[in-house]
Amino acid sequence: MSALSRRLSSLDWSIHPPYLHAAYESTLLRSPQKPLVPLPQTLSEMTGPVYGHDEIQPLDHDLTRNAVSDGPPIGERIIVTGRIVDEVGRPVPNALVEVWQANAAGRYRHLVDQHDAPLDPNFTGAGRVLTNRAGEYRFVTIRPGAYPWRNHENAWRPAHIHFSVFGRAFISRLVTQMYFPGDPLLPLDPVLQGVPDERGRARLVADYAHDVTEPEWALGYRFDIVLNGSRMTPFEDPDADDDE
Amino acid sequence: MSNSRLPQTASQTVGPFFHFGLVDRGDENNLVNDAVKGERIVIRGRVLDGEGEAVPDALVEIWQADANGFYNHPDDPHHENADPEFRGFGRSDTVSDGQFSFRTVKPGPVPFDSRRFQAPHISVRVFARGMLTHAYTRFYFSDEEEANAADTILNIVEPERQHTLLLERRESSEGPVYVLDVKLQGQDETVFFDP
Ligand SMILES: [Fe+2]
Repeated sequence: MSALSRRLSSLDWSIHPPYLHAAYESTLLRSPQKPLVPLPQTLSEMTGPVYGHDEIQPLDHDLTRNAVSDGPPIGERIIVTGRIVDEVGRPVPNALVEVWQANAAGRYRHLVDQHDAPLDPNFTGAGRVLTNRAGEYRFVTIRPGAYPWRNHENAWRPAHIHFSVFGRAFISRLVTQMYFPGDPLLPLDPVLQGVPDERGRARLVADYAHDVTEPEWALGYRFDIVLNGSRMTPFEDPDADDDE
Repeated sequence: MSNSRLPQTASQTVGPFFHFGLVDRGDENNLVNDAVKGERIVIRGRVLDGEGEAVPDALVEIWQADANGFYNHPDDPHHENADPEFRGFGRSDTVSDGQFSFRTVKPGPVPFDSRRFQAPHISVRVFARGMLTHAYTRFYFSDEEEANAADTILNIVEPERQHTLLLERRESSEGPVYVLDVKLQGQDETVFFDP
């Protein structure tokens, strides 16, 4: 058999949120109800967009410097770093990681965000990097604030950073959110609680990492990511040959 | 799935505020430049919810082969033949009426296995506020009747639901426009796949 029929791992539905999660009201009318149709993986699933380091600007990873107009942004400077690996622990190099977030006051630079909190003229809240050969990424940013939303009475989103990741194959695409340890809003948040597995929820909470913290400068957090889509082992895919 | 595997990182919604992070850099929904080979087409449609209302804060991503059916990716055994000018990836937000659009080229047929080809198609992911995990579908071309009839994957889908995957061709002064709405829920719900 050729590479065309090699099987990649699929989304693990014991970890990913189901489409319908009633506590998150917007899922009610936006959740597909018919069963998903199992799709044989073809070249279309096993390939995906390829990005090069020349497409990343020097300040794209530093949200404290990539949008300044008259000084540094307000808030607590932090470093967020981590490794992106597949399910057998192999690093994913050249993975495009995009992040976006609210500012320190909990306000997004977005027309639709009408939260009564100040915008920061020196902070947009968007960044992007490619992982290095070890699958590592690193951002410098401002710790985002919590913000209210209208999902239910007195609803507040815990502080979070949105992450978008491309693995090697289109099948590995992941959009998620990173949370902060010790946040009292975590158990109250229907978005995080949409993850059915407790350990799955815990893995969306970054670790405080003292080895990442830089003296006199910024606290560090580590957020590692595991993408689906790694190739099955030979045991699981007896027909595979070595034409990788 | 064996226990030695690392657990996947869970998906979360893209939320309503993704635009400045994911689509405002420029022309993300234009996949072509003057040097790209192939027939220029426009793809557009609306993302609709379970009541048929427009979803104005969805994100649609497409991934496709070039006009000759090659992916610009090292795992395509024939990627050295791929059009170097064509990455094959595009991203469109939806606007107030739920509409997304792309400028691209019509993809060629890509292999299904070593003997058979797939009908020309585009891989599609849909993200939105209210979708904790994205949805995965495919767009096929209604004017590829013969190839569609022979397509292994289309034939997995119940015949009465196949139309939810077929872009309808319309002519315009700017060339062919292929149109298809994505219905997240309800009557004529789009076929979503679990790859
Ligand atoms: Fe958010």
